[in-house]
Amino acid sequence: MTNHWVDIKNADLVLIMGGNAAEAHPCGFKWVTEAKAHNKAKLIVVDPRFTRSASVADVYAPIRTGTDIVFLGGLINYLLANDRIQRDYVVNYTDLSFIVKDEFAFADGLYSGYDADKRSYDKSSWDYARGDDGYVRTDPTLGDPRCVYNLLKEHYARYTPEMVERVCGTPKDKVLQIWDMIASTATPDRAMTIMYALGWTQHSIGSQMIRTGAMVQLLLGNIGVAGGGMNALRGHSNIQGLTDLGLMSNLLTGYMTLPDEKEQDFEGYIGARAQKPLRPNQLSYWQNYRKFFVSFMKSWWGDAATAENHWAYDYLPKLDKPYDMLQAYELMNQGRMNGYICQGFNPLAAAPNKAKLGASFSKLKYLVIMDPLATETSEFWKNHGALNDVDSSAIQTEVFRLPTTCFAEENGSLTNSSRWLQWHWKGAEPPGEARSDLEIMAGLFLRLRERYRKDGGAFPDPVVDLTWQYAQPHSPAPEELAREYSGSALKDLPDPKDPAKIVRKAGEQLAGFAELRDDGSTASGCWIFCGAWGPTGNLMARRDNADPTGIGQTVNWAWAWPANRRVLYNRASCDPHGKPWNPGRKLIGWNGSAWVGADIPDFKADENPDNGMGPFIMNPEGVARFFARGNMAEGPFPEHYEPFETPLATNPLSPNQPQALNNPAARVFAGDREAFGKADEFPHVATTYRLTEHFHYWTKHVRLNAIVQPEQFVEIGAALADELGIGNGSRVRVSSKRGHIEAVAMVTKRIKPLTIEGRTVHQVGVPIHWGFLGVAKPGYLANTLTPFVGDGNTQTPEFKSFLVKVERV
Amino acid sequence: MALQSLDIVRRSATTLPEPQARGAHTGQVAKLIDVTKCIGCKACQVACMEWNDLRDEVGTCTGHYDNPADLSDQSWTLMRFAEYENPDSGNLEWLIRKDGCMHCADPGCLKACPSPGAIVQYANGIVDFHEENCIGCGYCITGCPFNIPRISKKDSKAYKCTLCSDRVGVGLEPACVKTCPTGAIVFGTKDDMRQHAAERIDDLKSRGFDKAGLYDPAGVGGTHVMYVLHHADQPSLYSGLPKEPTISPAVRLWKGIAKPLGLFAMAATAAVGFLHYLRKGPSETDERDEEAARRELEKTS
Repeated sequence: MTNHWVDIKNADLVLIMGGNAAEAHPCGFKWVTEAKAHNKAKLIVVDPRFTRSASVADVYAPIRTGTDIVFLGGLINYLLANDRIQRDYVVNYTDLSFIVKDEFAFADGLYSGYDADKRSYDKSSWDYARGDDGYVRTDPTLGDPRCVYNLLKEHYARYTPEMVERVCGTPKDKVLQIWDMIASTATPDRAMTIMYALGWTQHSIGSQMIRTGAMVQLLLGNIGVAGGGMNALRGHSNIQGLTDLGLMSNLLTGYMTLPDEKEQDFEGYIGARAQKPLRPNQLSYWQNYRKFFVSFMKSWWGDAATAENHWAYDYLPKLDKPYDMLQAYELMNQGRMNGYICQGFNPLAAAPNKAKLGASFSKLKYLVIMDPLATETSEFWKNHGALNDVDSSAIQTEVFRLPTTCFAEENGSLTNSSRWLQWHWKGAEPPGEARSDLEIMAGLFLRLRERYRKDGGAFPDPVVDLTWQYAQPHSPAPEELAREYSGSALKDLPDPKDPAKIVRKAGEQLAGFAELRDDGSTASGCWIFCGAWGPTGNLMARRDNADPTGIGQTVNWAWAWPANRRVLYNRASCDPHGKPWNPGRKLIGWNGSAWVGADIPDFKADENPDNGMGPFIMNPEGVARFFARGNMAEGPFPEHYEPFETPLATNPLSPNQPQALNNPAARVFAGDREAFGKADEFPHVATTYRLTEHFHYWTKHVRLNAIVQPEQFVEIGAALADELGIGNGSRVRVSSKRGHIEAVAMVTKRIKPLTIEGRTVHQVGVPIHWGFLGVAKPGYLANTLTPFVGDGNTQTPEFKSFLVKVERV
Repeated sequence: MALQSLDIVRRSATTLPEPQARGAHTGQVAKLIDVTKCIGCKACQVACMEWNDLRDEVGTCTGHYDNPADLSDQSWTLMRFAEYENPDSGNLEWLIRKDGCMHCADPGCLKACPSPGAIVQYANGIVDFHEENCIGCGYCITGCPFNIPRISKKDSKAYKCTLCSDRVGVGLEPACVKTCPTGAIVFGTKDDMRQHAAERIDDLKSRGFDKAGLYDPAGVGGTHVMYVLHHADQPSLYSGLPKEPTISPAVRLWKGIAKPLGLFAMAATAAVGFLHYLRKGPSETDERDEEAARRELEKTS
């Protein structure tokens, strides 16, 4: 979230799209009801199904799954064409005035530089034009035909309300009604929040859907303000902390990135990330990358990381390609990955195309499961009748099941969607032989290190030199790890302004990332968490809910990254002179000498606004980008591409370009394309989702949850049920090219047939939570059906849009 | 005996006067269920099961979100989901109502109950079942205009929501209220709940629900569980919430005429029996009677 849960109460308008907050985030949803009850807010829900969120919405509109960019691109067109944008905001705080290189072009659904064989782009033309001074050229009048404003306008001119109706199936009058409501927040005194979740991320164009939403918010001046923002609702605890701590295969902690194999040179690696400002007097905060990186390397490798060895830069792997989960299972399937440690994860259930997953696991030599529950993955080899019809005798994989503690059986911090690190305390002792994940991983590490110490090997240094200074090496305490990721001084730190003065003594915890240094004198395992456990102790454990200003900031409750800041980009809540756009909901303001207010300023604290520094300090531009430059795989502006399984033969936005039917930059492995179904055989559009009664594949093990939602079902619109002769409560078979499931049919008015390109398209809803283990009624794994392809940038699987065929059983 | 705020003001099937010295001077309680804020998450159902130590069967999906499918001795509250296509607006509405005991001011169950003290009403307005006195006759079901009590197959006693009288008695809110994530269920004095409802109704009217209103039906003397409805003129849209609930005429008849008559008949039977005993002496059995009885018993068991 750019903002936070409580802040949603400040919204005048709430758009839930690409998510179902009432269903999947019922506790956080209370802030939507607060906004409605006490701020007269209106709620809009756009979703393929009439959801629990829709049940309390003021306006609901249906949409065909996977077409959100058309809906939002149309909205961008509407806002620009009707000049319903917050002009002072966008002109000063975004790149609309920036001039783009002449070589950049877009035609027939493809951007300049496309290589069809590699399915990727040469992005060199996707950039701004530079002036003689080295800075980007701009035209504040927005008159230049090559400025971002005009390119944006031109790009989305094709996204008309008629196009939206044709592609999304959303009735035009509903579309215009919603766009008008949204446009009402272009004034400084009104704010809209966007709440989204996996309904946007789990598409082959998911990242671009989210970008489109963010672009709408920028046009309306809704980023950085109270009650606004782009608010990702994180589900799995602790998934926010997972990405923060860099557990994606291409990340280091704090959203630093691993080098790729071309980046063997340390200075080149730093230089590419510590970008110089693109406009005069911009902060470009990532210029501090070296401080964050060196402190991180000191945290991991201590004395072994020195200036001479570039802080152990050679210890880091250099990626030849992303190693996301789809890549891992593909490598297993090819027989090139033969061992797998599966920690807190149930991929047989949670990854797409169960048949491929089962086949991949069958080729492993060993599979280690660390989980508090008996997962389907741990029994992938066992025959469970039709639900998992395998020949155990043909599977040689050795499976180890290591029972772990669950969150309530250990101390630690969990990071919620609001970016709050909240410390929690053990509530119960773990049962039986369960051990904490820390203890299991420590045991594994100590044994590996011993082997490397004894036997050497090609390059034992990164393992042998890893710092491991825990009081009990076999069982590091969560408190020790928390202090480590927060960070401390390794030497006495002199004050840069007065070297005689020591600001931190050696061994003292640091107060924040501003204290990090690039000379090896500080260590911090995750720079954005720096200060969470500061000189005064564990700030994550704070529980003061005082809210003196009444706008829900509660800055002494737990600790939010970065720097305990609650609303990101909050400098943008003020006009260029530092006055709040909306004095009634002031986050910060310029008092003549400093930025002060209810939040921690996301800005240089003493920077006079008249100097022109932009509020988006992490970007070298100083402003927010409509034009993503080379940061996205598919192109600088989001463009609609159909899901990889689509009911349409051509992309209505680029009907003459077959390469632009689906995301042209998405990775598709050989063999997976053949497993994509076509509409003639699989005529119904399906989407998977979660139910409020269950959490993933866990709570089917819990009797209370099983009682309130006992048995697998699929949701089928009344019209389709009539057409196929399916009665409510009867059993149906849902098949995709990859397999089938059987479940109870829930026939509902909440899914309506849509008219897409003149044809009727039926959507089918497939809740995920069932499997062959647990106390709920046994069911099929929903991901038997889903396709093995991911988003072009994140590789998040396309769980939300695929083709099926529904039949009576 | 008196637990704080749990003074019994009425007991089933008794004519003894109830203690009257203490009263609910700070106001009777009420639970207000704002149907328009409810997202049907069923946290209230789970909280009810947890607090009251209930566990229903893991059932089946019957093609609805209503799970379990009905109230039972193990499920004292239940979300009922209804899909409604509003002919005026053309919009679909998903009307989700938390079903359970309404705690009527004039409780039909209590009136119908023939077992002394099996059903009581407290000074604060809560209607409670004391199962130890229940004889399992099911008259409370007949008496209830909302079809709430259920007889347990295990012990043949009637069960329903207690409004967490054990929690309320010590100053806590009912478990469902405490757990409700959206604040759709609130609890307080009936006056406060009415006032809160009025604010909610204003808000709903501003959103185009002209017929929004409070459900506090007069036919049962008002209730201590009330609903805010978007369509207060059509409560039946909400999975058959009765429009004008009243106590069944059969129960009124039983209370009004039949019961005194019945009592007279019972008294007369007893009197005749006593006279018979005085004249004929005790009934005695011989060996043959005992043998016949044993055979009869074996046949039936």
